Amino acid sequence: MAYTIKVNGTAHTVDVDGDTPLLWVLRDVVGMTGTKFGCGMALCGACTVHMNGAPIRSCLTPVQSVGNAAITTIEAIGNTAAGRKIQKAWLDLEVVQCGYCQSGQIMSASALLASNPHPDDSAIDDAMSGNICRCGTYNRIREAIKRAATSPGAGGKES
Amino acid sequence: MTFDQTRSVAVDHQDCGISNGLSRRTLLKAGVAAGGGLALGFSLPPLFGDAMAAESSSFEPNAFVYIGSNGSVTLTMPYVEMGQGTYTSIPMLIAEELEVDLKQVRLEHAPPNEKFYGNPLLGGLQATGNSNAVRGSWQPLRQAGAAARTMLIAAAAKRWKVDPSTCHAEHGEVVHKASARRIKYGALVADVAQMPVPEKVAVKAPGEFKLIGTPAKRLDTPAKVNGKAVYGIDVRPPGVKIATLAQSPVFGGRVKSVDDTAAKKVKGVRRIVRLDDAVAVVADHMGAAKKGLAALSIQWDEGPHAKLDTSQIVRELEQATLNPGAVAQNIGDIEKAMAGAAKKVEATYLVPFLAHATMEPMNCTVHVHRDACEVWVGTQAMARAQAAAAKVTGLPLDKIVVHNHLLGGGFGRRLEIDGVTRATQIAMQVDGPVKVVWTREEDIQHGMYRPCFFDRFSASLDEKGMPVAWSHRFAGSSVMARWAPPFFNNGLDPDTTEGAIDLVYALPNMHVEYVRVEPPGIPTTFWRSVGPSHNVFVVESFMDELAAAAKQDPVAYRRALLDKSPRAKAVLDLAAQKAGWGQPLPKGVGRGVSLQFAFASYLSHVAEVEVSKDGSVRVRRVTSAIDCGTVVNPDTVRAQIQSAVMFGVTAALYGEITLKDGRVEQTNFDTYQILRMNEAPTVEVHIVQSSELPGGIGETGTSAIMPAVANAIFAATGKRLRKLPVDQTALRYG
Repeated sequence: MAYTIKVNGTAHTVDVDGDTPLLWVLRDVVGMTGTKFGCGMALCGACTVHMNGAPIRSCLTPVQSVGNAAITTIEAIGNTAAGRKIQKAWLDLEVVQCGYCQSGQIMSASALLASNPHPDDSAIDDAMSGNICRCGTYNRIREAIKRAATSPGAGGKES
Repeated sequence: MTFDQTRSVAVDHQDCGISNGLSRRTLLKAGVAAGGGLALGFSLPPLFGDAMAAESSSFEPNAFVYIGSNGSVTLTMPYVEMGQGTYTSIPMLIAEELEVDLKQVRLEHAPPNEKFYGNPLLGGLQATGNSNAVRGSWQPLRQAGAAARTMLIAAAAKRWKVDPSTCHAEHGEVVHKASARRIKYGALVADVAQMPVPEKVAVKAPGEFKLIGTPAKRLDTPAKVNGKAVYGIDVRPPGVKIATLAQSPVFGGRVKSVDDTAAKKVKGVRRIVRLDDAVAVVADHMGAAKKGLAALSIQWDEGPHAKLDTSQIVRELEQATLNPGAVAQNIGDIEKAMAGAAKKVEATYLVPFLAHATMEPMNCTVHVHRDACEVWVGTQAMARAQAAAAKVTGLPLDKIVVHNHLLGGGFGRRLEIDGVTRATQIAMQVDGPVKVVWTREEDIQHGMYRPCFFDRFSASLDEKGMPVAWSHRFAGSSVMARWAPPFFNNGLDPDTTEGAIDLVYALPNMHVEYVRVEPPGIPTTFWRSVGPSHNVFVVESFMDELAAAAKQDPVAYRRALLDKSPRAKAVLDLAAQKAGWGQPLPKGVGRGVSLQFAFASYLSHVAEVEVSKDGSVRVRRVTSAIDCGTVVNPDTVRAQIQSAVMFGVTAALYGEITLKDGRVEQTNFDTYQILRMNEAPTVEVHIVQSSELPGGIGETGTSAIMPAVANAIFAATGKRLRKLPVDQTALRYG
């Protein structure tokens, strides 16, 4: 049946089974490929998007469960204060290598920073250990989150 | 994989500096490019055997620099970007000599073209691997840039009727300082295209570098933080369908029967494609394809490997090391030295099969037309990808268009084209383009794997405890024998033995043999740090055993064997010093060291490892010292070592692919674990300043960390681990 979901402020109506994971609706039906497929079992975090500002694994989120929630993806995370700071810190510290997992890393980190403007190492571990990076950019991710947290105007609510 | 070991080792001993001259007469060709710009063609050495290529007399350019009449600079080259920073470090070389800003240089994937981009020594293979890009590009790219700069200056001087020596180039312009005249490159390219290429040009001396050696910002990353970067899995040609597949769970098995009644009823499923040894479900989206696949009922004829178990393979390898193999290196007289020795040490080692588990699962998009075929893929081997599609479709090569895309990790997996073959087979039965996406389970269970090896060592020590004889025999798969058969000769290839021979240590008597044993029922391939991924673990672990047998400090013991390897000694000293080697540690914590010369770089790691009472291992800190010769982009060097350490720690602690009943037992990241943020060590990288030729940096950190971890566990617990991954249950104490 048809479902209407709100992604980055735009409504999309899709005709798929209700149990179709949001990941595939975003990537293959709506055509937004910034959100990545890594495992399909919520083990790697590559598919992380925000639902009403909270990070979720879209690979296990059925489209029928989304309802009227606001979905934010990597394509629009730069419109939020925390997302903007995280993206800038990622580039300033050259976090990225192959880059494939980084959409998910940035979504997890942005959600962390939005809810906890000054995360310590333990909070970073808690928020980020669900995101695998095969290039092993973890040292720089940690440093970049701290950099973003101390940059002017960092953190705070999504704008 | 250094294919001329003696030459590479000689670099260390002969203080081989950077050449300032251009000696080969036919190195460059210049001409008018389409659109009126200047085209410069030049040769990058092939992936393998760069020393041999340099001696080659024929000239076929395989890389091109275009300077447009608008001043834009475009570099077309065969190396691909998979996270290793090639798209930044390679343009740095040309920008340095051409005197343009780095941001002015645009880099394009070379199309598959055996004539222009292929490797003549590998039958036209076009590939990225072996930490080779900067090493191979260092001289030719700088020389191309210097030649272009010289010609641009000459063209400007001619216009101005001044002596070229009174002009210089900067920021994409030629400047005549005395008359304060400037002219942009774009305005000169038409003149230059008519000029002969100078036979001799001077490249800059290290002291003149403006870009090389500075931490340049990567050019490929902005699109990777906002979702805009397009990896192979992201392509969406109009009308594309999505397919996913089930391949025979046992390698070599066949489809016996398929009941697709339920699958066809899944909303969005368009078609079921049955192949000889796989079944694919083609759908409107991956969600439907996966649901359809789960609804299939497939009966398999599992074939000859249905009962295969990893332990059988290990037994066969172990047995093979009891018989002589091909002699990879012999120094002195080992039997004589063994006979008169004060002490003998023996050990056997085992390393497992490993999967690559690139974050981007395997995928390939193919559109088979009536008389042509289009392929979209992220590959390390463009020309092979093209050839694979040609073979399946029966079309000539020039009818196969390959679009290369960013790679979501390569690590050797994307040097193979099994995915292109499979996707093309499926696309042959589909109207329009189809994107075939492997599930993570399919990606791990139908990979091609770093081979399993069994190693047998013996050594004898003199009365002071120093090694006087070193014997090493190992058995396992030769990837090279399949992948590039010309390099497998007399039972040996340069990859499988790298790290086992030509050691940095002065060993008076040494004998190394390799026994090729191809395991049944499991395909093998290159994996980040290739041959050394196995050899350096066993060699550096066994060296640690000798130090322990001699009751000596592992750093001091190695150091005493390095008088003829000053660069190796320097990195060992630096790593030990920065790590605080020798300073006391709490109970359950130990430091382990490793030392390596591979990919033309010297590297030493010190790992600090904590072993808890329940046996769980945490690598807390890694201190690395690297001498990779002249550094192009120091930030990329640091990033690659940090990355390689995580890759190697993952393998040391968790990495293992096992077979049971012919099936790979691991399926996803729960059973094939990858190191996570909360487990990641802090990695400090110290770079030795050097003006030697550049060495590779993408892989070297991976092979060297595995023995450092095992040696640190020994230091912490007194337990020697001779098998990877680390058996944490064996480490319980207290």
